[in-house]
Amino acid sequence: MTDYNFAYLDEQTKRMIRRAILKGLAIPGYQVPFASREMPMPYGWGTGGVQVSAAVLTPDDVFKVIDQGADDTTNAVSIRRFFQKTAGVAVTEATTEASVIQTRHRIPEEALREDQIIVYQVPIPEPLRFLEPSEVETRKMHSLEEYGLMHVKLYEDISQHGAIATSYAYPVKVEGRYVMDPSPIPKFDNPKLEMAGIQLFGAGREQRIYALPPYTKVVSLDFDDFPFEATKADHACDLCGADDSYLDELIVDDAGGRMFMCSDTDYCGKRRKDGHVGAQGVPYQEDAA
Amino acid sequence: MYVAVKGGEKAIDNAHAWLAEERRGDTAVAALSVAQIRQQLALAVNRVMAEGSLYDPDLAALAIKQARGDLIEAIFLIRAYRTTLPRFGGSAPVDTDAMVCDRRVSATFKDAPGGQVLGPTFDYTHRLLDFKLAADGEVPAVPQAPIQTAPTPHIMSFLDREDLIQSEPVGPETPPDLTRTPLELPADRALRLQALTRGDEGFILGMAYSTQRGYARNHAFVAELRIGAVAVEMDIPELGFAIEIGEVTLTECETVNQFQGSKTQPPQFTRGYGLVFGMTERKAISMALVDRALRWKELGEDNLGAPAQDEEFVLYHADNIQATGFLEHIKLPHYVDFQSELELIRKLRREAQTMQEAAQ
Amino acid sequence: MQVTALEGGFGNAPIDSAHAFRGVMNAMARPGTIHDLAGATPPAPLSVAAGVVLLTLCDPDTPVFLAPSRDTQALRDWITFHTGAPFSGPDQAVFAVGAWDELPLTSFPIGTSQYPDRSTTLIVELPALDNTGATLRGPGIAESAQLSLPDLAPLQGNATLFPLGLDFMFTCQSRLAALPRTTKVS
Repeated sequence: MTDYNFAYLDEQTKRMIRRAILKGLAIPGYQVPFASREMPMPYGWGTGGVQVSAAVLTPDDVFKVIDQGADDTTNAVSIRRFFQKTAGVAVTEATTEASVIQTRHRIPEEALREDQIIVYQVPIPEPLRFLEPSEVETRKMHSLEEYGLMHVKLYEDISQHGAIATSYAYPVKVEGRYVMDPSPIPKFDNPKLEMAGIQLFGAGREQRIYALPPYTKVVSLDFDDFPFEATKADHACDLCGADDSYLDELIVDDAGGRMFMCSDTDYCGKRRKDGHVGAQGVPYQEDAA
Repeated sequence: MYVAVKGGEKAIDNAHAWLAEERRGDTAVAALSVAQIRQQLALAVNRVMAEGSLYDPDLAALAIKQARGDLIEAIFLIRAYRTTLPRFGGSAPVDTDAMVCDRRVSATFKDAPGGQVLGPTFDYTHRLLDFKLAADGEVPAVPQAPIQTAPTPHIMSFLDREDLIQSEPVGPETPPDLTRTPLELPADRALRLQALTRGDEGFILGMAYSTQRGYARNHAFVAELRIGAVAVEMDIPELGFAIEIGEVTLTECETVNQFQGSKTQPPQFTRGYGLVFGMTERKAISMALVDRALRWKELGEDNLGAPAQDEEFVLYHADNIQATGFLEHIKLPHYVDFQSELELIRKLRREAQTMQEAAQ
Repeated sequence: MQVTALEGGFGNAPIDSAHAFRGVMNAMARPGTIHDLAGATPPAPLSVAAGVVLLTLCDPDTPVFLAPSRDTQALRDWITFHTGAPFSGPDQAVFAVGAWDELPLTSFPIGTSQYPDRSTTLIVELPALDNTGATLRGPGIAESAQLSLPDLAPLQGNATLFPLGLDFMFTCQSRLAALPRTTKVS
């Protein structure tokens, strides 16, 4: 069997996913159930994002895939290859050149434009899940707009630790109605959720799709006396010197020496190409990175 | 000076090449054929068909070969293939009354029409390693009995006649399809049974065992366990009648469980049901027990808080493809999230230390 | 079945529907923006845009309600042949097609509090569609947008139902715009 349909999924499956995407856009932050299919990669490895991308891609698209902000992580490579093979789309590592970006755990540093679409891979779409394991119960809570449990959790954090102890998958409220899980992005990325591009979220194993139209109001939950803070490591990138990007920490020797570098590899590379050099960086050379 | 590492693409290619080599193993040993797997590892093939929800022994055998014998991986291959197949229509319900039984046992009656047929069972084998198999796998000729063509009536039908067993309501004409619509709770029995029949054998077994040990105990008698081939028929609208399109081997288990009744209703036994592709007896019995435990609500029983009574718990966690994928995904890079946790914990520790110092 | 029922479908369904969906999605994500759809030529009086939307989104799982002006045998045959979608009354409809004043707005499902997505999407055929008239605000719109809506009051009423409510697509020849329940119109 070699002859798979364009973008792998059959047309009926794509229609079902497309209908779910439209309802998701019409009800921002609400999780639309969809009949997720078994994909040729494991659940938990981006099957939701892959199904959404498959339903959205056209042959004219330029596709970018990142995992942890990087184009070269193995699962990003694997997903990018899947769509090169099944949809014949052009691929890129440059954020600005991409028309569709599939991501796991990051939003690119560069602001997305109106003509760009970002597809998030979501492991657990239900923001209330770790407070209430039952789907029957959490669905009721959303319908009644009963989010007290979430505020109690955040408040207990404050009383125990003096701060909200959630650093990623930080819950947001969308258009003043639904509490939404932004997928496990670091809370540093939360302010970017209000953007010009279309944001689509796919959770394959949990069979949910949700969406944020451009310019949708997205507020990170907080308290007046403990306002939300988008934090990052208090360093500059050691490769490109950027002090405004989210950083990965690397252990570089046995003595516990460490360095910090941009998690968004395209952003870092572009800055270095433009002549920026960080404390431990080398001047940019073609093919060096 | 630090130069960022790249190499994901190459690493993947090399890993795949190595995997292929490992799968083949020592080339001095003859390669295993798909036919050999189908014939000689038939119970593995059956499990892959049952949990892969696709009745195709050749493909299941191929999947086992490709997966190096990892049955969950093989089930995954079959599931992923299955979703790409066009759906031409639905078959008529199979008639297990008409099953040509290879095995048929009842624990509730010493004998019944159709008799007890042990069939090819491990039951009374002594579990002693047979070292002869290591040398040569040939078996002596087996005595043959004439093929039984008369239908074997279900044991349950005898209890039914006396009205001793609860009759089952006839469900909606077309049951919902778990593979085409998202799971929605509460799930009706048809949907629960679908989830159980493709659920992980080990998980269903564990759940069933827990009911036997007292977590929502509903003592089960195996009224009947039958294994054999049934015809699959499909209505052809152009013809106006159903034609046989194939034959599948199924394992069916019906249990008789503790009775219930009230002042107005005379007591009746209740049922649990299991039906699984292939010769998959452990799974079918387990399924019947879990089915029965999940029926507490419709039978007016108490919710004892037992895991096997919790349909959300059972249905959301029975699928080994969902479970294994999510479990194994934690080996993917998570360093962005871990970094955010590192920063948070360092910050909290700094603050706590400052407070301590201030207090001293 | 007439010959016309077999014609006018997508020439290359996977590709045509992918392009069409991008237009439909952009319309729904950015209320008030107008998009050109192509690839299908349905029998009159259905517009090209409405025909493309039906081919892109409908199948045997989506009952379709046809308002009287669109309820012709030729169109039924065309929809049946190309999508397999069953026809239904408004109360079961996943999609509905018709002119504005013949769509029974109060008869369509608006979703439930637990499943607000289970509501009808209306494809409203308009004689003209351009970026004039009513002012639109809400998700998908940076500041405000303008669209030639057929009426205001029912759409304002629909928005108050949020998160329940109907979602609208407006079509005119090959052009499409959309108005989800989140859009506030004035």
